[in-house]
Amino acid sequence: MGSPPHFYRFAGRWLPWLTGIFAIFLIVGLYGGLVMAPPDYQQGESYRIIFVHVPAAWMSMFIYMVMASCGIIVLVWRMKMAEIVLISSAPVGASFTFLALVTGSLWGKPMWGTYWVWDARLTSELILLFLYLGVLGLYGAIDDKRVAGRAVAILAIVGMVNIPIIHYSVDWWNSLHQTASLTKFEKPSMPPSMYVPILIMALAFKIYFVLALFQRVRAELLYRERNSRWVEELVQS
Amino acid sequence: MKRLSLSQAFWFLLRRDLLLGFRNRSELANPLLFFVLVITLFPLAVGAEPNLLARISPGIIWVAALLASMLSLDAIFRSDFEDGTLEQMLLSAHPVPVLVLAKVTAHWLVTGLPLLMVAPMLAMMLGLDESAYGILLLTILLGTPVLSLIGSIGVALTIGLRKGGIILSLLVLPLYVPVLIFAASAVDVSSVGLDAGAQIKMLMAFLFLALSLSPVATAAALRMSMS
Amino acid sequence: MSSLLQTRDLSCVKDDRVLFEDLNIDLKAGQILLVEGKNGSGKTSLLRILTGLSLPETGEVLWQGDPISEVGPDYYEQVNYVGHHDGIKRDLTCLENLRLVQAMGKPLPIDLDEALEKVNLYRFGENFVATLSAGQKRRLAMARLVVTEALLWIMDEPFTSLDKASMAMFQRMFEQHLDNGGVIVMTSHHDIEMPDSDVVRLNLSE
Repeated sequence: MGSPPHFYRFAGRWLPWLTGIFAIFLIVGLYGGLVMAPPDYQQGESYRIIFVHVPAAWMSMFIYMVMASCGIIVLVWRMKMAEIVLISSAPVGASFTFLALVTGSLWGKPMWGTYWVWDARLTSELILLFLYLGVLGLYGAIDDKRVAGRAVAILAIVGMVNIPIIHYSVDWWNSLHQTASLTKFEKPSMPPSMYVPILIMALAFKIYFVLALFQRVRAELLYRERNSRWVEELVQS
Repeated sequence: MKRLSLSQAFWFLLRRDLLLGFRNRSELANPLLFFVLVITLFPLAVGAEPNLLARISPGIIWVAALLASMLSLDAIFRSDFEDGTLEQMLLSAHPVPVLVLAKVTAHWLVTGLPLLMVAPMLAMMLGLDESAYGILLLTILLGTPVLSLIGSIGVALTIGLRKGGIILSLLVLPLYVPVLIFAASAVDVSSVGLDAGAQIKMLMAFLFLALSLSPVATAAALRMSMS
Repeated sequence: MSSLLQTRDLSCVKDDRVLFEDLNIDLKAGQILLVEGKNGSGKTSLLRILTGLSLPETGEVLWQGDPISEVGPDYYEQVNYVGHHDGIKRDLTCLENLRLVQAMGKPLPIDLDEALEKVNLYRFGENFVATLSAGQKRRLAMARLVVTEALLWIMDEPFTSLDKASMAMFQRMFEQHLDNGGVIVMTSHHDIEMPDSDVVRLNLSE
């Protein structure tokens, strides 16, 4: 797995399968959430955005954790593949964070009558988005990509240590000011017809992450190894 | 053969940076001036209504402190980076995080600590309730070192970049959020006569955490930047 | 005699360009390695890899048989590096600068006045570095080699902005270091006069 040409071929073989599995999970999840799940007794139909919002918010955290784990691998074992996985994850993670923000704000409109409320989860997501943009910005600013890879590894780990603290601080701050919160999901009363589609959507998003990651890693590998023999052979064949 | 111990090296480096700061003392006033200026802008922007100003003064003071601290960060390593002393520091037989801690401490003493002196005056101008002055000073005392420590990681990551300034703020400001929340809240609740003990304890926890973790990250980032 | 500094299959890549590959160096006590080559051939990169400041693309640097990444502080104790930058502060005096060098935890063989005398800066101890000439600054940077005791001296163009007399002085200093069982790695546009048996040449352009 550690060698670039091997990973390139491995990822290439899996891409069509992953796309297929992703499509199935996505359709099942969306059908379950948008059609089969009953309307909420308070929020009516508008709550259905959680089938995208909640998994997207989960993914935004999950991908940052993936990045920080890669960061540790980069610093300890100096593995090139981990560097590439780290930086290829960042745009996907940032996109999921953005998606969570947009869907959260759309959900806010029918609930609070405004697109933005300084709700704890939305605020945390916003700061998380800044953390992602910091990683992307730092990587882009350093010309030597090997050095840049180590720089974002350190940053991702620092971010990971800080995320729980930021999260906790924002929650605490939010409880202090007692604004409304998107609490639908925390209710223990949620019936299986609601949470099963959410879990299926979460799976679909995870598969999408792997899918997008594979494609980005392949592109990054071609770019970084553009002078190597295997890329040359690949281009010629 | 005799050699200087780690604690001697720490004190020496601290003293050297303070000496350098003293010899360039005209630059020391800059973050302080910036702090005062930003705070002056707020009444001009939101209006001079005393109740409003008093209400938002903890937030104003802390946002200004955050920005002042961030703007002064570059100075921690800049001159050492440019003249090659930083290189020599990394080749030291002493653990680099300890040397980093000495430098950050010196930097905080010349840029963070002076904020303490002007803060009461600014609090008075904004009409902050007098009962909160003590807590305000305490939050600055506990909070600004955390900002310097976290900030040092950001500077170390961006020191080699030609245009590091903007990216530095992008890296550092999100990490400042917890300090901002608890420090401003401490001042806020004490201005209405409530107990700010919980917030102060959180700030202390942040300080210990930052003291123990950030020099290690900064040292790693410096190694990365110098390679 | 056993080897002090070795490299094993060292290679370095900068911006897609392979600067050197499969580099194997073996230096014994009393030897000096002269790194030669055109501008941009990787001389400075090699020196920085040897100090441990930069990491090689592949391969490793060994000190007395152990990889320097594992030796850590015990290796740094044995290295004195004079790079492109003098590593001295303009706003400090010569003595203050040397004291900083001493704070870095390496053994201290002589006192500072003696070191200044060795590099011909005896009367300049209390002078600010900002008032020194380029050659004097370089000599102060080189004083770092003698205020702390290290076996391995790594120098990047040490003779820059030095006059003939100073160059001769430092060559004598180098010879003495080699006689005491030290090792030197340096790049230089100027040739040095030393017994051939002690000199190892490495041309990175070839």
